[in-house]
Amino acid sequence: MNRKTIIPIGPYHPLQEEPEFFELEVEGEKVIDINVHIGYNHRSIEKIAESKTFDQMVFLVERICGICSTSHPIANCNAVEDLAGIEIPERARYIRSIVGELERLHSHLLWAGLAGHFIGYNTLWMWIWKYREPILEIFEAVTGNRNHYAMMIPGGVRRDIKEEDIPFLSKGLDEAERKIDMVTKAVLDDPVLAARLKGVGILSREDAINYCAVGPTARASGIPIDVRRDDPYAAYDLVDWEVITQEEGDVFAKAVVRLLECFESIKIIRQCLKMLRTVKGEIAAKVKEIPPGEGIGRHEAPRGEVFHYVRSDGSNMPVRLKVRAPTYVNLPTCKATVPGESVADAAIILAAIDPCYCCTERIVTINKRTGQRELNGQDLLRLSRKKTEKICKNMGRRNV
Amino acid sequence: MVQQDVIKELKEKLGKKILKWEEKPPKRYYLTIPREDILETANFIFKEQGARFIIESGVDTPRAMEILYHFSFDELNKIVTLKVLLPKDRCEVESIAPIIPGANWIEREIAELLGVKFLNHPDPRRLLLAEDWPEGEFPLRQEVRENQ
Repeated sequence: MNRKTIIPIGPYHPLQEEPEFFELEVEGEKVIDINVHIGYNHRSIEKIAESKTFDQMVFLVERICGICSTSHPIANCNAVEDLAGIEIPERARYIRSIVGELERLHSHLLWAGLAGHFIGYNTLWMWIWKYREPILEIFEAVTGNRNHYAMMIPGGVRRDIKEEDIPFLSKGLDEAERKIDMVTKAVLDDPVLAARLKGVGILSREDAINYCAVGPTARASGIPIDVRRDDPYAAYDLVDWEVITQEEGDVFAKAVVRLLECFESIKIIRQCLKMLRTVKGEIAAKVKEIPPGEGIGRHEAPRGEVFHYVRSDGSNMPVRLKVRAPTYVNLPTCKATVPGESVADAAIILAAIDPCYCCTERIVTINKRTGQRELNGQDLLRLSRKKTEKICKNMGRRNV
Repeated sequence: MVQQDVIKELKEKLGKKILKWEEKPPKRYYLTIPREDILETANFIFKEQGARFIIESGVDTPRAMEILYHFSFDELNKIVTLKVLLPKDRCEVESIAPIIPGANWIEREIAELLGVKFLNHPDPRRLLLAEDWPEGEFPLRQEVRENQ
């Protein structure tokens, strides 16, 4: 008898509270297929952009995402600058990189905390989020906002980083580096995490290429792509840093890539801050008219490459704006990673690509055969945590 | 691979099929090709030249519906954009999703938002629009205004 069951997860992402809807086809505990539905929160930003001026468009695209809120503005400015052939002042380049990397730091820490939470490592969650807080405070001091910094405009940046803010920034970074170092060592050495995450949800190199995956999702599968190095913009070709890759492609490798990237981000910010002391001058080039034509801009967001295509007809508004966020190509990889794994692992695998976070958590699980039993998001978390507890017990360790 | 090679290779491979060649060296290349050749060309760039498929963009212009296929040569820092122009009365083009799984979603999106038909698409369901959205209404087309 066929005992296939379909488990609907959504229309909100079980872990990261995003409007996506997954249908897991399961046989017993094993997932045999997955189906993804999106579009529950389509805001038609591409259409709205056609009725905004080039200056307004930057602030519009900043609203695409709340966590990587500077990624889209940077990509958008890159596209407009590519279209109009604008060179931005050197000081603006450093400031762009600083904001971009601070964002990567807080975004990766947010993910690491949540990942800990969902496998039942609540201590990790609490501590990491505590360490993330000072980075948001830096943002508030430097840009005026904890999120939606509104720092970018075509031609440069809107706000300068003041000389007197730099010591505060450096101190915050030193502190953050010590803490992230501690967390990274704890994560890398933890036998339970290794048992729980290694070999789970493997994305092979071939699949990553075929699904056109980007960012940490691709880099954890051994594909060394990073727009910051491959298509340099801002100050990324003026400072010294490394692209982090791992070969395994499992959830653990994705976590390692993100944690190690935090150190590279800190390294980049430090060098940029040092340069800010000597490189003075304008922070924005004057942009008068946008000529007809087309431009492409990219930015390596915390989740991967953000792609913007802008076309102009010579007026003050774009004819077309095309946006490709990294999750758009990373999410379909779950078709390759989830089938074959157990239901308890599905949650963390779906979270491993790090889709954005918003909205409310709500999951209903219905057994199609009986139509009776209902599981909710809490149950899925319970399953995930129970598995960690079991591993802890088998190893004779106390769960944290 | 040597810096210029992929572009030269592509030029030789396509030959007279290139209807229009625009470039902003050294990073951006835009080439318009006949729509019949898109599958073969995409296959060549993706499989043989090893480019990464970034995304497709659909642009509704007064003359034609343009589909842009953006490919990235990451190691060489070049983006090659293939363009096909579809006449407004016959918005149809061969789907590249059978050879590039990463193009699956975006073709579904363009199909419902711009009304372009992708032939032989493996999964031609709607992606973003609601199930009760009226058939034959394409919200991203130019004639649709924002306040409608």
